[in-house]
Amino acid sequence: MELDEVDRRILNALQGGFPICARPYRVAAECLGLSERRLTARLKRMLKARVLTRFGPLYNADRMGGSNVLAAMTVPEADYENVATLVNARPEIAHNYRREHRLNMWFVGAGETPEAVEAAFRRIEAATGLAVYRFPKEREYFVELKLEL
Amino acid sequence: MKLDTTDRRLVMATQAGLPLVGQPYKAVAEQLGISADEVMRRLAAMQAAGVLRRIGAVPNHYALGYRANGMTVWDVADGLVDELGERIGRLTFVSHCYRRPRHLPDWPYNLFAMVHGRDRAEVEAYRAELRAILDPACRAEDVLYSCGILKKTGLRIGG
Repeated sequence: MELDEVDRRILNALQGGFPICARPYRVAAECLGLSERRLTARLKRMLKARVLTRFGPLYNADRMGGSNVLAAMTVPEADYENVATLVNARPEIAHNYRREHRLNMWFVGAGETPEAVEAAFRRIEAATGLAVYRFPKEREYFVELKLEL
Repeated sequence: MKLDTTDRRLVMATQAGLPLVGQPYKAVAEQLGISADEVMRRLAAMQAAGVLRRIGAVPNHYALGYRANGMTVWDVADGLVDELGERIGRLTFVSHCYRRPRHLPDWPYNLFAMVHGRDRAEVEAYRAELRAILDPACRAEDVLYSCGILKKTGLRIGG
């Protein structure tokens, strides 16, 4: 879909800061010079067109008591699909991306405890015979969220 | 923050999005059998604790034409990495920024910054901006472009 000026205004202003109050769409719409109905209609349209992944709270899984660890492997090209199937079959693996590098498979292990995630990585190492490099977060730097459109 | 059962139900009920109705928190409250005030109080508490990063529109980078995603990685002197990480995290084109362990000798990089662009040329231009900031403290760098999503699942909630 083509975004018009109103869509852009909504996207640029509402990537965060949506109010927690009884009628938040009305409050947000007033700040944008729109009616509540127009704002929700635009959001609905952008969701339907998948310009928005969703509209609502973005939670930080790291602060919920669970454990999330980024990891990577160097997978031989000939085995790539088989290894991806093995890795993806583990329920602890939340995301898995192919990247162009010697370390060519990057995934996130998520579990209730660090031990559960570690156990999943060990199982992947045992099943594939490949080393899993662990990249736990040591520090998260503040990022402003604002895709400028 | 330790989430209780009601917090968890609230997270599960809202993680896919808020209802697009006049009183969305009330709609969620009715679904959970609690009051709208309680929903708002719990969301505010989670936001204050950082469990809830923000509420708003989550753009689909890919659909908006941001097709190139590069994980830029840098080997930055330990004494300077935190100060520089804070600085580059504030740049508008950096969506995630973390310090992570090195794995020597294969992997010398300790600073990771995710950069989105319409194409690789745009990512490279952003990378040059990062390089200009990090240069004096940086010994090596690389960028890893993603070339396929193998698996993607929603949020998991830990115990």
